[in-house]
Amino acid sequence: MSEEIIKDVIVGEHEDYIINMGPQHPSTHGVLRLEVCLKGETVKYLVPHVGYIHRGIEKMCEANTYQQIIHLTDRMDYLSAHMNNEAVCMIVEDAMQVEVPERVKYIRTILDELNRIASHQLWWCAFGMDLGALTSFFYGLRDREHILDIFEESFGSRLLHSFVCPGGLMHDVHPNFQKRTKEFVKYFKTKLPEYDQLLTGNIIFQNRAIGIGHMSRETAIGFGVTGPSGRGSNFSCDVRKIAPYGAYDKVQFNEILEPGCDVFARYKVRMAEMWESLSIIEQLIDNIPEGDYTAKMKPIIKLPAGEYFRRVETARGELAVYVVSDGNKSPYRMKFRTPNFSNLFVMNEIASGYKIADLIAISGSLDLVIPDIDR
Amino acid sequence: MLNKEELSEIIRKYVPEAVFPEGTQLLEVIVPSEQYLSLAEKLKSDPALAFDYLITQTAVDFTTKFTVVCHLDSVKFRHMLVLKSELTDRDNPAIDSLSGLYPTAEFFEREIFDLFGIRFNNHPNMKRLFLEDDYGYPLRKDFRDEINIIER
Repeated sequence: MSEEIIKDVIVGEHEDYIINMGPQHPSTHGVLRLEVCLKGETVKYLVPHVGYIHRGIEKMCEANTYQQIIHLTDRMDYLSAHMNNEAVCMIVEDAMQVEVPERVKYIRTILDELNRIASHQLWWCAFGMDLGALTSFFYGLRDREHILDIFEESFGSRLLHSFVCPGGLMHDVHPNFQKRTKEFVKYFKTKLPEYDQLLTGNIIFQNRAIGIGHMSRETAIGFGVTGPSGRGSNFSCDVRKIAPYGAYDKVQFNEILEPGCDVFARYKVRMAEMWESLSIIEQLIDNIPEGDYTAKMKPIIKLPAGEYFRRVETARGELAVYVVSDGNKSPYRMKFRTPNFSNLFVMNEIASGYKIADLIAISGSLDLVIPDIDR
Repeated sequence: MLNKEELSEIIRKYVPEAVFPEGTQLLEVIVPSEQYLSLAEKLKSDPALAFDYLITQTAVDFTTKFTVVCHLDSVKFRHMLVLKSELTDRDNPAIDSLSGLYPTAEFFEREIFDLFGIRFNNHPNMKRLFLEDDYGYPLRKDFRDEINIIER
C-alpha cells in the first residue's frame, strides 16, 4: 500500500505524504518506527513497524530454567521489572502449589506499588517533555531517585532487580526498608501537588491534551488496551481488583476509571493511581508480618505437566503468562501477553484524523515501552 | 458469572463435537478448525456468555500438531475460557482469522504467523511482524539456527 502512495507523491496527483517517525525518534521512547501518512498536517493513517529489538525471549525461555527466566522478564518492560518477575514466580508457585509466607506477599505488594509509582513518575516527566515542558523532567526524576535509592539499598540494583524468586524473595529486605519507604511516602505526598500545579492545571498543557486521541470503550476492549490507558476509556480492567494476588485482597483501594476517553483522561488516571499506590503502601508498610522471606523450595524446579495461566497488573496494563509444561525443568512453551503489544496497535485507530503534533501527545499518553512489544 | 459446567453446557449446544479436557486450571474447549470461527462468533454474540475481550492468542507446536490457543474473558461477567483448535497439516497449517471479531487478533495472528508459520484465512494483512521474510519460523520445535542458538 505504501509503495503505491509513494509513487503518487512523485507523480504529484495527491497531497499524501509519507513520513517515517523513528526508529530513532526521541518521542517513541525506544526503537519503534511509525510510518505516518499525512494529508497536510493531518494524520490519515499510520502503520507501526516493530521488531527492531526482538530478542526472542519466548524462544530463550524454552532453553532456560524457571529461575533463569525471571532474569529475562526484567528486560521486557524494564520499568515494571518487579511485576514481570512476580508473574513468573506466581505461575511457578501456582503449579507447584507452594504457599508463600505472608511476609513475602506484603513485601511483594509494597514493591509492586513502589515500582508503579517510579514508572508513573518517569512517564510523567517524559510526557511533559514530549509536549515541551522540560521542567517536569527534572521534577519527576528528582522524586524517582528516592524510590531507586530504596531499591538499591535492598536489592543492590536500581532498575532490573530480579529480587523475587519462586517461593519468596532472594533475601530479606534491608533493615532500613520500612523507615525509608515511610519517609518517601511522606515526602512524595508533598511533591505530588506540585505535579498538578506544574502540568495538570496548565492551560497550554490542557489545550494539547483535552479532546485529543479519542478512544471509545469499545475500541479499548476490542484492541485489548489495558492498564491506565484502558481505564482512561472507562474500561474496568484492573487485575488487582478482578483477581487479587499478593496482599491486594487485604487493602482498600479504588480502581481509577475516567470516562473522558482522551489523552487528558489517561493522564488523570495515572496521576490518581500514584495517590492510590501511596495509600496502598501506607496500609501495608506498618503491618509487614515477621517470618521467613521464602518458602522451602526444591533446588531444581520442575513444573508438573500441564498448562498454566496467570495475570498480573503492571504499570502499563495486564501482563499474562501462559506456560505449557511437559514436566521438565524448562517450559515447553512460554508466552507473555505483554500490555504494550496491545496498547501500541490501537494507535492507528486513535491517532487518525488528528494533527501530527498530537501524535506525540497520543503516543506519550499510551506510555509505551518498546522492548515489551518486541520481547 | 457462569461456572465451568454451565459454560460447557452452552458451548456443547453450539458445537456438539467440542472436547473439554479434564483437570485444567481454566475451562478449556477444543474444537475442529472448521468450527473455530463460528464458535468464536457465538461466544461473542451470545448475551449469556459475552466473551468480548480477547486477552491473548498464541500457538503451541506439539511436533505432531499445532494448537492455536485463545484466552477469552468477559468484561461483564468476568468468566474466562480457553478456546483451542488443533491443526495437523504441518506443511501448510491454516485456520480462520478472528480479526473480524476482535481487532487485537489481527496483530496476535501476525505474530503467530511470524513465529510459527500458521496462516490465517481472511486476515486483512498477513505479513510477518518482527522478523524478515526469509527467516525460518523460530518457535517451531524443528527450527535450527546454528549461528545464534547454542544447543545444550
